[in-house]
Amino acid sequence: MTKPILDVRNLNKEFKVKSRKALFAKPASVRVLQDISFRLQEGETLSVVGESGCGKTTLGRCIVRGINATSGEVVYRTEGGEAVDYLKLKGAEAKKFRKDIQMIFQDPYSSLSPRMSVFDIISEPLVASFKLSKAEVEEKVSAIAEKTGLNASYLKRYPHAFSGGQRQRIAIARALITQPRLIVCDEAVSALDVSIQAQIINLLKDLQEQYKITYIFISHDLSIVENISDRVAVMHLGKVVELAAVDSMFRQPRHPYTEALLSAVPQPDPDSKKDRIILEGEVPNPANPPSGCHFHPRCGYKTERCLKEMPAMREIAEQHFAACHYADELTLRGARK
Amino acid sequence: MTAEAAQPQQPLLRVRDLKIRIQMDNGVMNAVDGVDFEIRRGRTLGLVGESGCGKSLTSRALIGINPKECETSGTIAYTSSQEPEAKGEPLNLLALNPNGRKIRSIRGRKIAMIFQEPMTAFSPMYTIGNQIMEAILIHRTRNKKEAKRIALEMLGKVGISDQEKRFDQYPHEFSGGMRQRAMISMALSCNPELLIADEPTTALDVTIQAQVLELMKRLQREFGMAILLVTHDLGVIAEMCDEVAVMYLGKIVEQAPMKDIFRNPKHPYTKGLLRSMPRLGGSKAKRLESIEGSVPIPVNMPPMCGFYDRCKDRIEGVCNARSVPATRISDSHTVRCFLYSEQPGGQQR
Repeated sequence: MTKPILDVRNLNKEFKVKSRKALFAKPASVRVLQDISFRLQEGETLSVVGESGCGKTTLGRCIVRGINATSGEVVYRTEGGEAVDYLKLKGAEAKKFRKDIQMIFQDPYSSLSPRMSVFDIISEPLVASFKLSKAEVEEKVSAIAEKTGLNASYLKRYPHAFSGGQRQRIAIARALITQPRLIVCDEAVSALDVSIQAQIINLLKDLQEQYKITYIFISHDLSIVENISDRVAVMHLGKVVELAAVDSMFRQPRHPYTEALLSAVPQPDPDSKKDRIILEGEVPNPANPPSGCHFHPRCGYKTERCLKEMPAMREIAEQHFAACHYADELTLRGARK
Repeated sequence: MTAEAAQPQQPLLRVRDLKIRIQMDNGVMNAVDGVDFEIRRGRTLGLVGESGCGKSLTSRALIGINPKECETSGTIAYTSSQEPEAKGEPLNLLALNPNGRKIRSIRGRKIAMIFQEPMTAFSPMYTIGNQIMEAILIHRTRNKKEAKRIALEMLGKVGISDQEKRFDQYPHEFSGGMRQRAMISMALSCNPELLIADEPTTALDVTIQAQVLELMKRLQREFGMAILLVTHDLGVIAEMCDEVAVMYLGKIVEQAPMKDIFRNPKHPYTKGLLRSMPRLGGSKAKRLESIEGSVPIPVNMPPMCGFYDRCKDRIEGVCNARSVPATRISDSHTVRCFLYSEQPGGQQR
């Protein structure tokens, strides 16, 4: 059996926003993450999808502690099986585990410091986490550079000399150098061209196989998600509305929002069916969410009940969870025949 | 519309040998290197390629809004079917002074453009209504009341509700999808013959993208304009286009009706692009095929096939020895590759 590596329990995040009404008004709060819970097994890829503003990036950042969650637990299990609540750790305690949980960012143009050489960029996490001699650092950096397809002669150069795809390789090398067990990839391939995108996805998959890395893959592109993940979590307005294995979800989604997302993906195939579901209107404002089910203003299946009652997450089929009142009655269209 | 009736034989726009050269510190960059294509009335041409292939420069050259550093040559013959100005006589847009009266009467009026970033394309200092009215006041009417009426009508056509209120709002009060709608309404407010859409949905969520694409198709049926759709997304191409031109390194490497590009691609680059695209229905076990290497920078390029270094089917001594001519393999399908060339050396294999 695989062993669990991360257990996210009731994670909440609120942001305070200034009220525009009055200068000294109490700041209002926006709940960006609402009771997010899921469990990750070692070596699997969980994708988090959703529209912009649904909180998927915030979720990633809360897990790596780029920002601090308001409440909830992120229980990390070390290699020895010891469970620690990563969010409660402080200072040196937290630093001990930072090397295990790394992150790759979306934009390889702004996530690499222009004033550090590639060698410095890649070696920085190593120097911060371990006490190593100069020779050891050099050895590790060149080993990882080779793994990620970077030429050793590139290491003295600065990021401006590289194309987007190569910059993303540098970012991957930086994330890998501490031999992490979990990597949060926040839209790691979105900014890249199609042909380069495929290279990076393959690289991520190869590395996963070699080192048994666990990925949380945050993306809005469902065709990539299908290609890279074992399980998928669909987020809408700060909540996970569906969580299932990729096959199960793409064959038969159980939440109308997932169905709409799947049908909206333009297919590079002139013969594909064109009867897509077009969601009316815009993503609702999280500062002022709709009553009942947050998705009801855009849902084609809504009833009176959806306006009043917030649906709870429940298991519809084996290991297939959805938060919709009618999840087991509706027959929704998936992306596969 | 009047469009098809007027001159069915004359394409709306015929681009011949378009070249854009940029002087760099370390040489000359041939950003666009001899591009030929035609845009027919009421049809949609897709220009697809990766970043840096010159697709945006090409589209911007059509209305002369590239920066001064771009030395542009070739011809862009524009045959209008509206108005008195060109009665069947093609007009070379490139020969016009880019700041002159003539091009300004075409730009925005006959050929309109929408941009990728709806966040930056609007000025934050003026209301949305004010910015839409500006175009109408320049090209259609001097009467402010009339202009406002047209602007409100256009906002309604692109599906923005509560137009009166929206008219007086500023861009920051609009969401991304709404801004793109407002930009489309601005572009179409003068009833153009050609709409250039440069990555119109790249910055939007899939759900909003589906809305905007649907809107563009509906408006095309309603207004009968032609569309030049610049994008890197083959999914969008399959959805929208009648014809497709694939660009690589400043050249069109393959051009064909949309269905031929997907069902019967010829150029190794087109094939690679199609294969490397993840599509729904695949699984994790399946590896994506990628095109090895990356796009070279076209500075001081010798005359050879630009795709040579990355091509699996390259023929040494042929593909890297001279520049590749375009080969017509059927009436509507051209490809720029020695594998299909009738010249000696091309069919050796």
